[in-house]
Parts: sequence; C-alpha cells; structure tokens
Amino acid sequence: MPYQIIVCGGIAPDPLQTLEPAMGPAGPALKNEMMLPAVFDPWAAHALYEAAHLARQFPGSSIRVVTLAPKAKLQQVMMTVAQKLPFELIPIDGPGGGFTDAVEVSKVLAQAISAIPGIDMSQFLLFGGWESATRGSGCVIPMVAARLGIEDCFLAVDELKIEDGALVIKERVEGGLLQVSRCSAPPAALAWATGSLPEPPNHPQTGMANMRAMMPALQRAKPAGLTGEGFSVPQATLPAQQRQTQVVKDKPAAEISRELLEWIKG
Amino acid sequence: MSIETEAGNDVNGVDAKPLDADIVCVGFGPASAGFLTTLTKLLQAPSTDQPVESRAVPGMPPQILCYERADDIAFGVSGVVTRARAIKSTFPYLNTAEIPLSARVGSERLLYLLDPHGASRRPLWMRLADKVIKGLAREDYSYEAPYIPPFLHKQDGFIFSLGQFMQWSGQQVMFSGTAQVWPGTPVSDPLFENGKVAGVVLAADGTEIRAELTVVGDGPVGPVGRRLDEVYGMPLGHKRDEWAVGMKMVVDLPASCTLEEGTVFHTIGYPEPEIFGFFYVHPDRVASVGIFVPSWLDSPVRTGYRYLQHFITHPAIWRHLKGGRMRSWGAKSLLESGRRGEPRLCGDGYARIGEGSGSTNVLTGSGVDEAWLTGRLLAEGVHELWREGLPFTKANLEARYVRRRRTSWLEKESIIAERARNGFQRGILRGFLGMALAGFTSGALGYNRRRDKPARPLEEFYRGRLSAEQVRDIRAACEKDAQPLHDALMEAAGWPAIEFDGQLLVSHQDALLMGGKVQAAPDLPDHVVFRDPDLCAACTNRLCIEICSGEAIHAGENGAPVFDRDKCVHCGACIWNCTQEVAPGVSNVAFCAAPGGLHSAEN
Repeated sequence: MPYQIIVCGGIAPDPLQTLEPAMGPAGPALKNEMMLPAVFDPWAAHALYEAAHLARQFPGSSIRVVTLAPKAKLQQVMMTVAQKLPFELIPIDGPGGGFTDAVEVSKVLAQAISAIPGIDMSQFLLFGGWESATRGSGCVIPMVAARLGIEDCFLAVDELKIEDGALVIKERVEGGLLQVSRCSAPPAALAWATGSLPEPPNHPQTGMANMRAMMPALQRAKPAGLTGEGFSVPQATLPAQQRQTQVVKDKPAAEISRELLEWIKG
Repeated sequence: MSIETEAGNDVNGVDAKPLDADIVCVGFGPASAGFLTTLTKLLQAPSTDQPVESRAVPGMPPQILCYERADDIAFGVSGVVTRARAIKSTFPYLNTAEIPLSARVGSERLLYLLDPHGASRRPLWMRLADKVIKGLAREDYSYEAPYIPPFLHKQDGFIFSLGQFMQWSGQQVMFSGTAQVWPGTPVSDPLFENGKVAGVVLAADGTEIRAELTVVGDGPVGPVGRRLDEVYGMPLGHKRDEWAVGMKMVVDLPASCTLEEGTVFHTIGYPEPEIFGFFYVHPDRVASVGIFVPSWLDSPVRTGYRYLQHFITHPAIWRHLKGGRMRSWGAKSLLESGRRGEPRLCGDGYARIGEGSGSTNVLTGSGVDEAWLTGRLLAEGVHELWREGLPFTKANLEARYVRRRRTSWLEKESIIAERARNGFQRGILRGFLGMALAGFTSGALGYNRRRDKPARPLEEFYRGRLSAEQVRDIRAACEKDAQPLHDALMEAAGWPAIEFDGQLLVSHQDALLMGGKVQAAPDLPDHVVFRDPDLCAACTNRLCIEICSGEAIHAGENGAPVFDRDKCVHCGACIWNCTQEVAPGVSNVAFCAAPGGLHSAEN
C-alpha cells in the first residue's frame, strides 16, 4: 500500500554556531539570527530520511515537507536538503527560531496540511521531529495530529516497520526503556527521535528535479501570520559552557576518560 | 526499480545520467556572483526581442547551474574593504542595511607598527629607522602615516563580511528563478571532449554536467582551474608564483573600544616587515582583523596563526581588542601574481573569471571587486552571444569577454600593478620602493622580476639568532612530541609566548572549533594526498606542516607529513608551499575537490 507521508520540519541555526539569546522589540530572539547559517532541523531531518526509506519500500508513496521558516533562509537550506531525496515542499513564510507559540505553530501547520488536495487518511502518515534544535517542547506534532483528527500518536520513535499492513513502532519511553506498539493502519503521527538511518548523500539530479517545483513554491509562500498573542518568553539563557583544550599525543583512552571524569566533577 | 511519487518524483533517487545545462559555473565566489547576478538581470530585463531560450533543453528558459564546494554559499573567507566600483555599478542603489556586517568606509588610517619585543626579523636599515620613528610614535608602538597613497585608499567604499555579502547576493540570484546555486557540491574535473571543455564532473558521484559553457570561478587553488592550466598551459611568461595566506578573525569588540563603525586600519611593519595587517570595524561593535603572510616571507617555518596572535596583541591593536571575543576565524590562499598569474582566459567551451583568472590587484590590495567585475564582463559577453545565437567558442569569447576585460579599468590598473611587488624579491626596502614607484608613476617605473629563490634552510634563516645546533635540537624535540616547529623556533628567537585568555587568544585548535567551526563530511577519502611519500620523507623543509592554516597537516613517522581532513579549512596553502615536485610545475601535494571546511558565515 502506498503512503502519503507529510513531514513537518523547520530550520535551525547550524549546530556548530555559537548562539546568543537577545531581547528584541518583539521579545526574545537569537542575536544575528539572519546571519547564521541554517540547516534543516536535525530531528525533522531524521524523520525525513525515515520517510524516504519507507517510501522506497512502497511504490506510489509520496513525501511532502511542510515548513514554517523565513523563506530566504529556507531556500538556502533547501539547496542542500533537496539533493538528498525527492519531495514536494510546502513552505510557509514565518519565523524560524524557537521563540514562537507551539499552539500557533501547530495551527498553521495543520491548516497548511488540510489545504493539500487529495489527502487520503487511510494512507496518511504525519512525521516530524520529536523535539527540535530550536526548542525542545516536544508538543508540536501531537498538537498537529490532534487538529487533523489523528488519534494514534507516537513520540520519540526510533523505528518503524510495516508488517501485514500494520505499523510496528518502537518508541522511547521513560526509564530508558523501549516500547513496541502495533497500529493496525494509518492515519498515524510519528514524532521521531533519531531513527537509525544515515544522512543520504547529495544527488544533483534529484536536487534539480526538486527545485523546479520548489522555487515557484517558495516564491508563492504565504506569511504565517503568527500573532504571538497571549504568549511570552520571560527569559532565555544558554547552558553554561566551559572549555579547556589539551593537545596530547599517544595518551591511552582510559587515561583520557579518567581525566575527563575528574574535569566534569570539578 | 523506479518509484514515482504523486509529485512526479523518483523516490529511488540514484541516477547518475549526465545532466544537460547551458552554463555551468564552478565555485560561487564574488566572480561567479557577479556573473550570475548580471546574467540573470540581463535575462530578466524587459526586451522587445524574443526571450532567450535554452539551447540544451529547447523550449525551456536557459539552464544555468552553479556548483559550490563549501557546505553553504556563505562560508567564504575575506576581510573585505573595497571601493566596490563594480559592485556599485551592478547595484547602484545598494543599501548596506540589507547586508549584515556591511558599512560604508569612514576614517581610514595607515599605521606603521614598531616591534615591541625586538623579535621580528628587521634588516639593519629598518632597525635604525625604527629608532627615529620611535621618537615620533605613540605609546602604543605605532606611527600613523600622515598620508595614505591614493592607490591604497578605500574611501567611498564598503566594509563587507564576504560570507554575508555572498549569502545576500546568492539569495538574489536564486530568487530570480533563473539560476541555481548548489552548495556542498564540489566539482572534481573539467569534462574534455574533442579538444574543448564540454562541462564538468561532480566529485560526489561522478555525474557529468554537460554544458555549452563552463565558467571557471573556483579560485586560485580550485581543481578545475588548476587542471585547465595543466592541460592548456599558461600563456608565455605567465606564472603563478606569488601567494599569500590571508588569515582573519571576526571579533566582538569590548565595551571599552571607542572605534566607530567604518573605521579602517591598514598596517605594515609587524609582526614581520613582510606581513601586512588590517582592521575593519563593522556595525554593531564587530571588527575584522587579520594579516597576509606572503610567499616572499622566506621563513621555512612561516605560519599564519602564530603571527596573527602576535599581530592582534600588538599594543596598537590590542588596545582596541582587549576583552573582546572571537566570533569567527578563517584563512584562505591569495594568488598575488597579479596579471602575471593570468591564465588563458577562455577557450572553446570555457571562460575563467575571478581570482583564479589573475584579477587580484596586488598594488591596491583589492580582489573582491575586481573578481566581481570579471564575472560581470563575462555575463555581458555571454548574453550578447546568446541573443545573437552564436556559440561559446574561443574566438567568440575572446571577442565578447576578453576584449571587454582588456578595455576595462581592471586591465588598466592591473598593468600599473604588474611590477609593484617585484622589489620584495630584493628586500623590504626595495619592496616598498617598488610599490611606491609603480603607484606614483602609474606603472611606468618598477623593478623587473628576478628568478625565484628557493626556500632557505632553517639554519640559514635563523643565523645570528639561533645556532645550527639549537635549530637541530628544537627540530628533533618537535618531531618527537609532534609539536609545531614554528612555535618552538619563534619562542627560542625571542617571540613571547601567547597567554591564552579563552576568548580571543585561544589555541589554534580552539580557533578551528570556536571560530571556524570546521567540519569534514564523513566517509569520504582524504582530499589532500602526498603523491610521492618518499619525496616527503626526504624533504627537509616541510613547509606544508608549518603553514597549514588548520594544523591539519602534522608530522608523522620520520617527520613526514600526515593529513587530518577533519581540520582542513581548504585554504590550499599546502599546494604552493610544497617545495617538492613530481613533475615540472606539479607539486607533490594533490589537493582534490571535497566539501566541508569552514562553517562560519561571518568571515
């Protein structure tokens, strides 16, 4: 059976960058956010690679990516992501940082998905990241699922198998345990943890084919119209960092780990 | 098996068939940005003529592709202060507020830096002159020149972050819908067919991109440009033998700094007399600060990073930076042969633009705007040929691109600069004299170039400061401990140790991580290969190790170099610092196309 897979995913600053929260006129923001290089959110990227893996197994499957992000940055990010696998992009122009209301974001995403013609709920799988690199609220996908009327929602998913048409889903649960569930059929929402698939290599033909449709879609992208009403972020800080570098040669791993442990303990 | 999605896409993905395009560009630097910006504007301009149609895919608009090696179009490196004549002619109403870190040049100063440590290698005349200047200099060991030669000044120009400027211009090109710029996609080779260039080969999977015109803008160390030079040779008398490593930091200025946005310092004299420095103040209390370490600094252990640290801690610079924080760091090779480094600018099916085409002006110290102009001139020629239905042959490109270039200000100024640096082969004094002669006589006077000198042995370079025995012992100790030789030698020769502050003064490795955010894609082979290991084992210079901007080359067994690609910033300095050749003009270092490197968008 083919699947109609919709992956919700935004963009995030390249994880290698040094981020700095700053208070702007509209509340907290990242300092120099538009200057920072961006990547497709790593959590959502795992979901996208899993979607591609599933679609390859079931001919006729489709993948669409619904994204809320500043479109100029999104276009730049898509020049890399679009080379990895074929998909249709449904962009919504709006803020890409973590300082937005998850309720409003889920509403915008659900509206965009509802507007896609030809969605067949018996084939429909909603994918996304369990969390995101911009914010770890972990609640956007469940809220989108609820707005779309999807009752079966799985969080922190690490594996999906299809057995006799049923979805067999391994997800992380509390206490470091894994739980395997069986869902008889779509629709279902899967918020992915890391999955197990590597990043696909870039493929220029795929990128070119994707971009033929993506550029017009990006040019047409409508503003999200987030109001932020009733939502505020009183404070934003980064975890404290400490850095100390040693250049050593031929030190045994056991010795290095012992030193690290002592350093962490302080 | 092929699987079609509802959107008509093949989710099986892999398909290595050749791709057909009209134009393929190699590298997205200022030259390619100038080319694509101009061409897309021309193609979109209202016209009474028939719209230009693709020749590769009839019935479609022109198919224009650009492949960039780096993982993002914003990961270039340059400290740019430019008069921006070409850029302003493309964007007459350029609003710097649209481009982060951009500012108009305000005050501009030329500082002569005295050596506060007495450790730099100054000739006798310079030491005597320093004694006189010291009486006139400020307490911070600097002397501000009362006059900046007109050929050096950048008044009415801009300060840019090249990364941010490239990001901005790339977005304009992409949103035109007329061209596609693909980052993270290195090109390994030109595609030769029937004696002409028929496109390029992508490094990742060997995909051939077939195009009627290949625009080569992959910089001075790009593999496609170098391959063309190997195949077609350089024009008679032309050679690429003058280089520099440019290394810079982007710094959050401390609250105590009172420098205004748009301030520019050019420096000479320190950390070595041959090393020029710069300091530009961007908006929002951010500055770019860096140095150029030239190939004519004949130290066999020349290093960029250590000298950069001494430069920023010079009292005249440090007074503005103390308490600041490194935001970004990066390095690149600069081709400083000027017009003499100009390759064959075009041939059947290809054209060369940008720094790799010898456009950098070594007298004015300007390259970005010149590179942009080469791209613009090519785009104007290509557009004409397209409209007239003419092929991209050597003769047509000569007539429409090279001729434009020969009648432009780029050529005129390049001729003036042609002999400007030759004096440095004879020493510092004649180097500066040569620049002045060239600059003030519009190139009528200048020194002729001497034959290249081989790198001096370490013992000779340090004669008078360290004994041959000391040098030998230090070398042995560094090889044993796998430590950089330049650090140990410089400290033995009187340079003070750098006291790290964890913010701005950090180890070279921390600069890679905190500033450069250097990355290498997993599962790829090494892109730097030492072709003949026996040559490396026998080499006593090993400049490749000392100059390596990322400490990505270190001494392995027997001291021979070993490459660590996770640290490589792709500056390419190992190519031109290698003193061994496997064939005439072919370095023992093979530098192949690869993604990765710097991940900072602020350089």
